[in-house]
Amino acid sequence: MFQIQTILRHGYKDTKALQLQKKIKAQLGIDTGKIKTSKLYVVDYPIRQDELKAYAEKCLQNAFTEQVFINRFYDEATYRSMIAVAQLPGVTDDVGMSAQMALADYLNRDIDWNVQHIYTQDIYYFERDLPADVLQEIARAFLGNPLIHHIQTVRKTVSGFDFTPYVPKVEMTTDEKVEVINLNGLTDDELLALSNERILALNLEEMQTIRGYFARPEIRAERLAKGLPEQPTDVELEVFAQTWSEHCKHKEFNALIDYTDKDTGEKKQINSLFKTYIKASTDVVQEHLLAKDNKWLIKVFTDNAGTVRATKDKLFVWKVETHNSPSALDPYGGAITGILGVNRDIMGTGIGGAEMLFNTNVLCFGSPDYDKKLLAGQLHPRRIMEGVVAGIEDGGNKSGIPTVNGSVVFDDRFAGKPLVFCGTGGLMPDNYQGRNSWEKPIDAGDRILMAGGRVGKDGIHGATFSSVEINEKSPMSAVQIGSPITQKKLADFMMIATRRGLIKSSTDNGAGGLSSSVGELAEIPNGAVVFLDKIPLKYSGLKPWEIFVSESQERMTLVVEPDKEAELLELAEEMEVEVTDIGYFTNSGYLDVRYKDKIVNYLDLNFLHNGVPQKKMIAEWKKPDLKEPEAIDVDNYHKVLQDLMASLNIRSRENIIRRYDHEVKGKSIIKPLMGERGTSPQDAGVMRIDHESFEGIAISNGICPQYGDIDAYEMSAGAFDEAVRQIIAVGGELPNMRRNDDIFWTVNDNFSVPDSFYHPENNPDGKEKLAKLVQMNEALYDMATFFDIPMTSGKDSMKNDFKREGVKISVPPTIVYSMVAKIRDVRRTLTSDFKAEGDLIYQVGKTYDELGASEFYKLFDELGANVPKVRKQEAKDTYLKMMQANKENLLVSAHDISNGGMAVALSECLIGTDFGADISLDELGDLPLNAKLFSESHSRFVVSVAPENREKFEEIMQDKAIFLGKVTGDKRLKVVDNREGIIDEGIEELENKWKTKF
Amino acid sequence: MVKSLILTGFGINCEIEMGAAYKNAGAEVTIIHFNEIINGKYDLQDYDILNFPGGFSFGDDIASGKVMANKIKYKKMANGKTFIREINDFVANGKYIMGVCNGFQILTQLGLLPDLQGNQEPEVALLHNDSQKYEDRWVYCKVNSVNQSPFLKGIDLLPVPVRHGEGKLVFKNDDVKEKIIANNQIALQYADAEGNITEEYPLNPNGSVMSIAGLTDTTGQIFGLMPHPEAFLSFYNHPDWAKMKRNGKELERGETGQVIFDNIVKELKVRKVKS
Repeated sequence: MFQIQTILRHGYKDTKALQLQKKIKAQLGIDTGKIKTSKLYVVDYPIRQDELKAYAEKCLQNAFTEQVFINRFYDEATYRSMIAVAQLPGVTDDVGMSAQMALADYLNRDIDWNVQHIYTQDIYYFERDLPADVLQEIARAFLGNPLIHHIQTVRKTVSGFDFTPYVPKVEMTTDEKVEVINLNGLTDDELLALSNERILALNLEEMQTIRGYFARPEIRAERLAKGLPEQPTDVELEVFAQTWSEHCKHKEFNALIDYTDKDTGEKKQINSLFKTYIKASTDVVQEHLLAKDNKWLIKVFTDNAGTVRATKDKLFVWKVETHNSPSALDPYGGAITGILGVNRDIMGTGIGGAEMLFNTNVLCFGSPDYDKKLLAGQLHPRRIMEGVVAGIEDGGNKSGIPTVNGSVVFDDRFAGKPLVFCGTGGLMPDNYQGRNSWEKPIDAGDRILMAGGRVGKDGIHGATFSSVEINEKSPMSAVQIGSPITQKKLADFMMIATRRGLIKSSTDNGAGGLSSSVGELAEIPNGAVVFLDKIPLKYSGLKPWEIFVSESQERMTLVVEPDKEAELLELAEEMEVEVTDIGYFTNSGYLDVRYKDKIVNYLDLNFLHNGVPQKKMIAEWKKPDLKEPEAIDVDNYHKVLQDLMASLNIRSRENIIRRYDHEVKGKSIIKPLMGERGTSPQDAGVMRIDHESFEGIAISNGICPQYGDIDAYEMSAGAFDEAVRQIIAVGGELPNMRRNDDIFWTVNDNFSVPDSFYHPENNPDGKEKLAKLVQMNEALYDMATFFDIPMTSGKDSMKNDFKREGVKISVPPTIVYSMVAKIRDVRRTLTSDFKAEGDLIYQVGKTYDELGASEFYKLFDELGANVPKVRKQEAKDTYLKMMQANKENLLVSAHDISNGGMAVALSECLIGTDFGADISLDELGDLPLNAKLFSESHSRFVVSVAPENREKFEEIMQDKAIFLGKVTGDKRLKVVDNREGIIDEGIEELENKWKTKF
Repeated sequence: MVKSLILTGFGINCEIEMGAAYKNAGAEVTIIHFNEIINGKYDLQDYDILNFPGGFSFGDDIASGKVMANKIKYKKMANGKTFIREINDFVANGKYIMGVCNGFQILTQLGLLPDLQGNQEPEVALLHNDSQKYEDRWVYCKVNSVNQSPFLKGIDLLPVPVRHGEGKLVFKNDDVKEKIIANNQIALQYADAEGNITEEYPLNPNGSVMSIAGLTDTTGQIFGLMPHPEAFLSFYNHPDWAKMKRNGKELERGETGQVIFDNIVKELKVRKVKS
C-alpha cells in the first residue's frame, strides 16, 4: 500500500481551516491556534514507484496551489496535534472512487471501479498541543460521526506524529450458509424473542400467522416437491419481515381503529385511515373532475409516485417522503439519502426515466440554541441542522436538480428526532415508443436487471431498523450515505434507455432492497425467479438473505424484454453504469429465490402481499381544557414586531437558501428570495416546464404543527390551506373551475407523528395521539374534497420518538401538504415584495380573533385557545376573487399571511426593497389591536395594487379586500390605529432583526 | 448551420439549458455523453464550437474539474489519441470553446485558460470561495471593453447567477497576472449595479483576485466563466423581473444571458459564410 498526501501551499488561504477554527472557538470555546487541512490517499493497487509519483503530481495535486507528499507524512513544527478522519469499512468513499477513476484514466488501464483500491481521509493539524479528549470533542462536534467514521487523534512526540493511516478495507470470511428456522413448538415469548433477535420487527400475531402459513398442507406439499425444508429459511423470514414492515405495508394506516369521543360518548370504527380518508378523498375528487371532463388525474397511490397530465404530451410525476430516523443518527447521510431516494421514486414510476425538474424540502429541528442536556446518542439540534442542510445541498446541487422551495420549522420537540421531508417533481413523456409511460406492464419471461451501485451490507434492516452491535471490521450497516454522482449517471442512463424503448418497466431499490422491489414487481405477472449469486457485490462475505434485503443505494430494478437486453447492456457500458441480469419473471404464483442452484426462498406471492393480519388500535378523544389568556397589554409594538421578525420561525432562511442551487436548468421564475437585492422572501416557487413555452408549475408546502397543540383537525386543515394560499398568492388558479381544463393540482400528504399505539406503560397517552391522527385525516378529507385538490401520493412515519436514559422526546403530530399546481403562463405570476411608491396596500381576507398558538402568544409564553380555523367557503370565495383580480392584471404583489400575522407579512413585503408603508388599521373592523396585527387567521393576503386600478380592484374584491394604506418612499413602516400611532419603524432595523443568524 | 457540441456525463448538469441557449441562437445542438467522444461515435472536428457546461463532474472530488481534465489529458480514445490533442487541432482550425462554471474549472485545469505560454500549464486556479460555502446568488459582471473576443461583443454589464463553491480565481504568480492584463484576457469582472468593479462581498461572491469572473485565451477563441449566462435566457429568470415589469422596464433579449450565445453563433455564421 502507498500513501499520497496533498496540502495547500503557503500563501493560499485555507478557508476550510479558518472556518473550523472560528467554529471551534465560538461553539466549544477552545483555542486551537492555527489549523491546516490536508487530504490523504491510501493506494491499495500494484503500481510502479515512478507511476505513483507521476499519478500523485498530475492527478491528485492541484496544479501550483498544493504540495504533494508521497509515502511520507506532512509534519511541520508549527503543528503539534492532529485528527485523522477516515470512513469505516463499507461506507461510501466518493473521493476515493474518483481518485481511482483518475488512476485508471492516467494509466489507461481497466481498473474495476466497483472494487475500492483508493481510500481517502481528511487530516486536520492544530497549532496547539491539544489533549486527546479535547481532540475527540472537536472531532465529534465538527469532523466526523462515530457511526460512519474512524477517528484518530494524535499528539506530537519528540519524533513527530506517530501516525499510521487507518485503512477501512472490508475483510470478511465468506458465509453462504442458509439457516432453517423451526417455528414449530415455540411459545409466544419465544416467537417474539426470535423476532427481536433477528430484528424482524414482527409482532406476535404476525409471527403466528407466518407459522400458520408453513403448517398449511398444500404449502408443505409444494415445498417438499421443490426440495425445500418444511420450516422457513432465514431468507424467507427476512422477506416476510421486509414485506410486512410498517414502512412497506403501512400497517397502522391500514389498522382497524376504535374511536371514542369521551366528550360526547360517540363511538365509531375506522377501517383503515388510508382507505377511509386519503384514498376515498381522491376517489371523490376524481369523480368531481370527471364530471367536468377534467381528465388530468392519471395514476394515484399505486406506484412510486403519483402522476398527472401536465401538457398534451407530458406527465408530471411527484413524490415527497420523510427520512427522519436516519437523519437523527447521521444528519448528512440521512438527508442526502432522503433526497436521492425520493429522486429514485420519480425515476422508477411507470416505465421509469422521468426527467427531474426540482427538489423541495421541509425540515423540522430543535432550536439551534437548545441548552438542555443531551441524552446518550442524541446529537445537538444545531449539528443536526448543519448536517441535514449539507445533505440537502449536495443531494440537489450535485444532481443538477434545483431546490426551488422549502420550509424550516423549529420546536424543541424535534430535538430528539428531526423531521426531514424530501420531495422531487419530474416530467415524463406520456409515451415511450408508443407505450403509455405511466403503466407498468410485466409479463412472464421478462428479464429482471439490477442497475447502478453494487450490494453491500449498508442499510440492512433499514426497513425494520434497530441498532446492532457494530464490529470494528464489519461494514456499517444501519446508515447509508448517498453518492449523487453515481446516481446522476444512473438517472442519465435511465432517461436515454426509456426513451429508446429499452426498458419495459422499472422500480427503485429503497427500503427492503431487492426483496421489496422484485417482490412488488412480481405481483404484476404473478411470479419471479431471482439468482442471488449473480448479484454483483461490493465485497464478498454476504449471506444470501443479506444480499436480498440490503438497502445499498443508487440501484434500480429494471424489467427488460429478452430481445432488448443486449442493446440495453451496450448502452449501460457506454455510460459506465453497471447493469446485471439477475433473474426473470414467471406466472408461477411464487417468489422463487435461488442461491447457487438451490432454492432458498419459495413464498406464495398472494400470501406474502395480502396475508399480513390487520392491526387493531384504540383512539380516545377528550377536548383539552384550554383558555385564552387575559388580554395582553403591549406598551411597545416596535419591540414586539422586532422580536417577532427575529423569532426562530419567522427570521430569514437566507443562510440556508443560498446553499441550494435554485437556478440549474434555467427554468426558475419565482425563487425563494427575489427583488432587486435578492432578499425578499416569497411564498410558492414557480418554474417553467420547459424552455419552449411559458407554461409552468407552482410548488408549495403547508405545515403548522403548533396549532395541533390546540386542535389537530384545524392544524391539518390550516396546513392544507397554507399550501393552497401560497399557490394562489403567486397567481395560481384553483382546479376544476371549468370544463375540460388543464389546471392540475397534485398533493403529497406526509404524516410524521409520535408513537400512537397505546401501551399502558410505554405509551400511556397513545389513544389520545391516535385520536389526533384521526382528526388530521378527517381534515384532509374535508379540505381535499371541498377544493377538488387530490392526494396523489404520500407517506406516513409513525414512530417519531427518541427514547434514551428513561426520557422520551416525541415530535408533535405533524402533517405536511406539498402541492404542485399548473400555471398557465409564468409571466402572469406574482411576487410578494412591494414594487412602486404610491401603490395601494390591501389585506385580502378576514381577520378573526385567533391568536391561539400564534407567534405573538409564544413571545408571552401563552398557548391560548382560539386556534385559527379554516372557513372553507369563505376561503374559496377569497381565492376566486384573487384569481379574477390577477386575471385582469390588477395585482402588483401578493404575499400570504401566516406566522406572525398581518404585521409580519407586511414587513416581509418591504424587506429588500427601497420602500416603506403608511398603514391604518381602522378598516379592519371591531377587533382587538393585537388580533388585527398578529392574529394568524388563515386564507389571507397582503397585496398591492396600482392606484389607477383602485376602482376595478375594489369592485371585484367587494368585502374581501380591506384598504390598509400606501407604499411610500421613506423606508419606514408606519401603522396607526384609531388615528393613534402604533408603529413607526425603519425598514432597515426590521430587516436587520429578520436577518438574525441561526 | 452553426454546429454546437455540448458534452455531458459524469455529473455535468447544465447541458439542457445550454442546449436551449444555442437553439434560441439558431445553432444546431448536439448533446452527447463524453464517452461517445472517447469511443469514437462523434468526431469533434465536425463541430464549430465545443462546450463544457456547468455541474459537478466527478462530484468536485480531489479538486473541481480535476478528474474530468485528467480524463481529457490522458484517457486514450478509440483512435489512439487523447481528447486534448483533438481539442488542440480544433482550436488550431479556428474553432471556439466555451466553459461555464465547472466547465471553466476544467478549462483552467487543462491549462487551456489562460495558456499564456502556449504550453497548457495551469497558470490560474479556482479555489474554495472565501465564504467557504457553495452559494447561489445573482451578481453583475462588467465586460472588459478591450477584450476582443466575439463572445462579448456589445455587452457592457450583465446580471447573471453564480452557483459555485470553488470560484475564487488566483494567479500562479504576478507575472501571470501582468500578462493576462497586458493581453486583455480578462473577460468579466464582478461589479456593482452601476458597473463599478468591486472586491466587496457578496458583489464579488468568492474573493476572486481582481474580481475576475471570466477569462479568454490569447486567441479569444476559448472563453471560460464562473457565472451561468445559460440560466438567464428569459427576462423572467431575473430575480427582480416583477418590479421591473411593474415599472415598465422589461429587459431586452440583448440584456439577458442569451446575448453571449447569440454573439458567438452570429460570429460563427459569418465565418462559415466567409469560408
